Amino acid sequence: MIGFNLESIALIGALGLIVIGALGMVATNHLMRMLLALVIAEAGGNLLIVLVGYRVGGVAPILGVGEPGAAMVDPIPQVLVLTAIVIGVGVQALAVALLLRIHRAYGTLDLRALRDRMDAEVAAAAGVAPDASQEAPLGARPLPPVPVGVTHGAGRTGPLPALERRA
Amino acid sequence: MTAWVALVVVVLMLVAAVAVLRLRSFVAAVAATSVVGLGLTVLFVLLQAPDVAMTEAAVGAGLSGVILALALRRLGLWRIEETRGGREDA
Amino acid sequence: MRNLASLVFAGGLVFLLLALGAQLALGTPPMRVGSEILAVAPQEVGAANIVTAVLLGYRGFDTLGELAILFAAATAAGVVLGRRRAADVRRDPPGGEVLRTGADLLFPLLLVVGFYVIAHGHLTPGGGFQGGVILAAAFFTAILAQPARHLSHALIAWIEGLAGAAFILIGLWALLEDGHFLAPLLGQGVMGELISAGTLPFLSLAIGLKVGAELAGIMAHLSDAEAPDA
Repeated sequence: MIGFNLESIALIGALGLIVIGALGMVATNHLMRMLLALVIAEAGGNLLIVLVGYRVGGVAPILGVGEPGAAMVDPIPQVLVLTAIVIGVGVQALAVALLLRIHRAYGTLDLRALRDRMDAEVAAAAGVAPDASQEAPLGARPLPPVPVGVTHGAGRTGPLPALERRA
Repeated sequence: MTAWVALVVVVLMLVAAVAVLRLRSFVAAVAATSVVGLGLTVLFVLLQAPDVAMTEAAVGAGLSGVILALALRRLGLWRIEETRGGREDA
Repeated sequence: MRNLASLVFAGGLVFLLLALGAQLALGTPPMRVGSEILAVAPQEVGAANIVTAVLLGYRGFDTLGELAILFAAATAAGVVLGRRRAADVRRDPPGGEVLRTGADLLFPLLLVVGFYVIAHGHLTPGGGFQGGVILAAAFFTAILAQPARHLSHALIAWIEGLAGAAFILIGLWALLEDGHFLAPLLGQGVMGELISAGTLPFLSLAIGLKVGAELAGIMAHLSDAEAPDA
């Protein structure tokens, strides 16, 4: 039950981290921030698994800790999380490598700009006129020229700063 | 007593997690990610999981932050003025 | 508008998960497998740290799978990043005097701590995974302070391959001797001494070297990748 004790507080923390991470992955348009949100969601999941094996008043599952015969917490979830953390850092490194390649190929990590540039690339390869940007409000806006040094918001020059502030 | 420590740590972690999504500077966001890892280490100790706490301290608060910071350096997101251009999170 | 929708969605999700989580038996886990293992592990495996006993004794095959995943991730990162020729790599500028001296002082200490954690994995908290991460951190501290220093990819690949082969060979040896893959061998010894718990310390050492070499290799690849506008 929910009350003011260690396991309830840790449960709230774990669920909060999972939800914040999941929300961050959905709501952001920048791939690097998506990776950071993934790291947070992973942390929440690990905490939840360890929490499930916690026993009130139990000691760590190592012989010689506490008095002999004391109840111990469940070791199985701890083993699962132990490997999951190390695997997680491997996955992060792989994601970082992919981000580096994307950045090298397209020069941006913003999802909207990436989509526009991929569309333009496909259109150029097929030899047809590129579509208007999917973010264009009127449907007729041609692709803006993309400056080299800018990394964010490259695809959304122009329209309606007032609208943007409200959104 | 344990519950109070856990409460402080959990509040710190949640604030840091929100900060990861809201901060403009990516360097600060990566630092906030490491804060989440550090809080997680304390919680693992409280939950009687010293093995997991050691791994999380080495990975979450150290190695992961280094890898992400190195990625920022290589992606050109290191300098703060480059993130000024637009809102990347709506 | 989108912010508001996100907040409402998040609030609803938290409420739903909390309602589900409150049904969990938090604090009083059923422990159907756990209590059994806690009862028999000290006699069967002879390791004081039951987490290590489960990791290497009861779930050794699963740990081999985890190592395979880590190996795949490291290899994929290396393939994606590609190999840069050393001549055209623009290196980061070296760190300052304080940073370099501190890193040189830290390097042997981190190595000792890493090997200690690996060697005492069956007695105290620690083991191959934790010690391997600390070893990788030791090498990476040196590289960060002095980017001109090169970490040999060939050496890393050799250490990684030999450690992985050692893990599998110990498993096969146990298969021949005992009939079970990765079953603990060599007798248990006296619990609490450094040389005890049979083959567990050797498996720990293999895991530690493999994890350390893989993570160091990943970071050497990342560090060698080109900087866009350095």
